[in-house]
Amino acid sequence: MVNILWAGMIAAAIIIAGINGKMEVITPIIFASAEKAVSIALSLISVMAFWLGIMKIIEKSGFIHIVIFFLKPLAYWLFPGIPRNHRAMNAMLMNMSANLLGMGNAATPFGIKAMEELQTLNSRPDTATDDMCTFLAINTASLTLIPTTVVALRAATGALNPADIIGTTIIATFCSTSVAVLSDRVFRHYNRWKNKGTVPDPKKKKEIKKIRG
Amino acid sequence: MSPFSILNIISIWVVPSLILLALIFAYFRGVKVFETFVEGAKEGFGMSVRLIPFLVGMMVAIGLFRDSGAMELITRVLAPLIRLIGIPTEVLPLAFMRPISGSSALAITAEIMNTFGADSLLGRMAATMQGSTDTTLFVLTVYFGAVGIKRTRYTLAVGLLADLAGILAAVFICNLVFK
Repeated sequence: MVNILWAGMIAAAIIIAGINGKMEVITPIIFASAEKAVSIALSLISVMAFWLGIMKIIEKSGFIHIVIFFLKPLAYWLFPGIPRNHRAMNAMLMNMSANLLGMGNAATPFGIKAMEELQTLNSRPDTATDDMCTFLAINTASLTLIPTTVVALRAATGALNPADIIGTTIIATFCSTSVAVLSDRVFRHYNRWKNKGTVPDPKKKKEIKKIRG
Repeated sequence: MSPFSILNIISIWVVPSLILLALIFAYFRGVKVFETFVEGAKEGFGMSVRLIPFLVGMMVAIGLFRDSGAMELITRVLAPLIRLIGIPTEVLPLAFMRPISGSSALAITAEIMNTFGADSLLGRMAATMQGSTDTTLFVLTVYFGAVGIKRTRYTLAVGLLADLAGILAAVFICNLVFK
């Protein structure tokens, strides 16, 4: 699906620019975007290094159990297949906490760390596991209690009470997150039913868990 | 004290106080804080560099789609259909941009607020939409890219469904609360 979307976006852009006689914009856009991508990745190095350093301290000292206390039941319910004290669970919980609190750039490093830990439980390294899909589902739906960026933007554009959209945002977030979690479950079971026994090999997965857990 | 100033204080305090508490706690638990920090921070470089090919591929597609006029055309073609569901035409570009590009979506939100007013129904609707969904394509690219996963299965469909749900919920709730 990503392949179709990717090729489709590029093809549509080139064809439409051609029809509109704006073909000369295509090449500059390509290289400006590519440069932006590299600069995003480079600026991510600083953020990642700092937050992963702090994450290590939080984990090693046991402080993590205080940070993630309230979210634990939710995460255990969402990811029944991940051992409770596994580092993947810790990183996912830190990611969810950072998202909820609107901690901006802290959520991404924790999320990437979580993916790396989830990958150690993956028996097919080029294919997403069920748990990865669920984790991505809640991240694309943006689990948030305090939409800091939007509130700041409202303050900047002269809203009388910039925070009065928090209520509606929480309700809308709840809707999008519920749809994400639900559709993730539906797709998962549909896939299992479709390729009975072939695709996500549950036996192999269990063995790996035993070793790592 | 207004809710905004309380929120503002929370959002300013949360990161520094987390760091402070973590350090104090770790120090008294006998963790060698600086060594541990460096050990963790080391991993940041490799993870970020591994992302570059995935980000380049996706950002080029997004840039082309957005700036070539393709996005505008598709928005215009689909507009009558989407008005049927009840999404106002003015917030339509935002609804389309939100899953694709976070920074462009934020720019559209700012524009809607400037044009119609931050306290208008449309302004509040845009703010709610912006806050209640995330940039699906960016999240997928970064998270899967970091670990080199190429077969992403149904995650794109799930992310886009969630975006649609968030956008529809934002329109519905804002109509209910702010009209």
